Amino acid sequence: MTDNVIETCRLTKYYGAKAAVDQLSLTVPRGSVFAFLGRNGSGKTTTIRLLLGLETATRGTARVLGCDSQSLTPEMRNRIGYLTESHFAYGWMTIDECERFQSGGFRQWNRELFDAVIRHFGLARSSRVRHLSRGERAGVCLAMTLAPEPELLVLDDPALGLDPVARRALLEAILFVTRDERRTVFFSSHLLDDVERVADHIAILDGGVLRVLCPAEEFRRRVGAWIVRFEGPVPQLPPLAGLLGVTCLGNEMRVTVANELEAAEVALRSLSGVEIKSVPVGLDDAVVSYMDDRGRRRSLLQTIAGKTTSEPAGISPPDVGNLTPVRGLTPPGSPNE
Amino acid sequence: MSIEFQITPGSATPIYRQVVDQVRLAVAAGDLSAGDPLPSVRMLAEQLVVNPNTVARAFGDLVRDGVIESRHGQGVFIAAKRKVFADDERDRRLSAVLDGLLSEAAALDFSAAEVRAAVDRRLKEVGLRKR
Repeated sequence: MTDNVIETCRLTKYYGAKAAVDQLSLTVPRGSVFAFLGRNGSGKTTTIRLLLGLETATRGTARVLGCDSQSLTPEMRNRIGYLTESHFAYGWMTIDECERFQSGGFRQWNRELFDAVIRHFGLARSSRVRHLSRGERAGVCLAMTLAPEPELLVLDDPALGLDPVARRALLEAILFVTRDERRTVFFSSHLLDDVERVADHIAILDGGVLRVLCPAEEFRRRVGAWIVRFEGPVPQLPPLAGLLGVTCLGNEMRVTVANELEAAEVALRSLSGVEIKSVPVGLDDAVVSYMDDRGRRRSLLQTIAGKTTSEPAGISPPDVGNLTPVRGLTPPGSPNE
Repeated sequence: MSIEFQITPGSATPIYRQVVDQVRLAVAAGDLSAGDPLPSVRMLAEQLVVNPNTVARAFGDLVRDGVIESRHGQGVFIAAKRKVFADDERDRRLSAVLDGLLSEAAALDFSAAEVRAAVDRRLKEVGLRKR
């Protein structure tokens, strides 16, 4: 049996007629740093609330640490740390009181760790929460989430409102947690530079539907892009498996494709452009291809320019890695190609 | 000697590749020589604030290519230079990088003499062995 700390099966949540989460089947391996990506409103927070049993699923199941999300016992909750999006803490409490209040709910509490995080954010125990900045309050919340040393850490957009120094502290905290390889961090984020630094697995949610689920490095390998330059006007692009997006500028066409890279290159070469070159795709490019509807709509710049292009209509981004199971972490030194 | 890594996320070059390239360059430039230790995977990951698997991947590639070696229980060290590839394969690998260089140079409209001069200049800076 694979050791997954989170497993959902066709998890679905409707609000009225709208599916906020649509048949989500997600697996998060133990020991991973798992980045959960998607635009605002794509269903990330709803998914997290479903995982923690704070919402009831319309259909489907979710299991966390092997236990059904709908029936998490206090013992189970002791093993899960949850940092909410809003970084909530009571304004009238001092940091010291926050610690006493929060530690009462947990069986174990690492006071040194709490102290270290508070110091790292440059905070004094006697400060009152309502006098803190957003980033400082995030530091207090992070300290309260880390101190019980949970086996699974669920962070809902933890970097929201953090300055660069606090963001770095957050990343260091994530790495600190994974010193123990039995512990897992599951976090949602919009900051792809941070994701690239610390995440080893990614999932992309788009309109409540899971589009990508795989190791981060594999995701980058599976997305390719080419620029084809033509003598005259850009011709019509033939149907291409795995097409993520096309943008045309002057007599150049930039094509982004997932999965079917070899076939795409062959097809593009047959267009008889004067030059074709493969261009590197950064993690951010690859993720944005999935999230900004570029395939279905036009880029903002094209919309502004009112340009008509030869884009095929109605591209739906292909799923990456969805069909293959998420593999375990790669042991050091093993060939990865 | 040691090495100061400079990691840039958001670049088209994956982070593991940046680590590999910087170790190779430091060896080529003589900033690191055979027997110099590198930090452990865990230490380097925390120093660079990147996932340990990323560093492990980079070290894996460097071990495979004979740039570094892992000594059991002692850590990771810069390896003595040795021939990892057969002559043909060495030539093929060099040609592959040269082709990339030349096509880029042609696209930027450099002459053959200018390319040669630029390579010589860079060779002096990096300081590859003379023969």
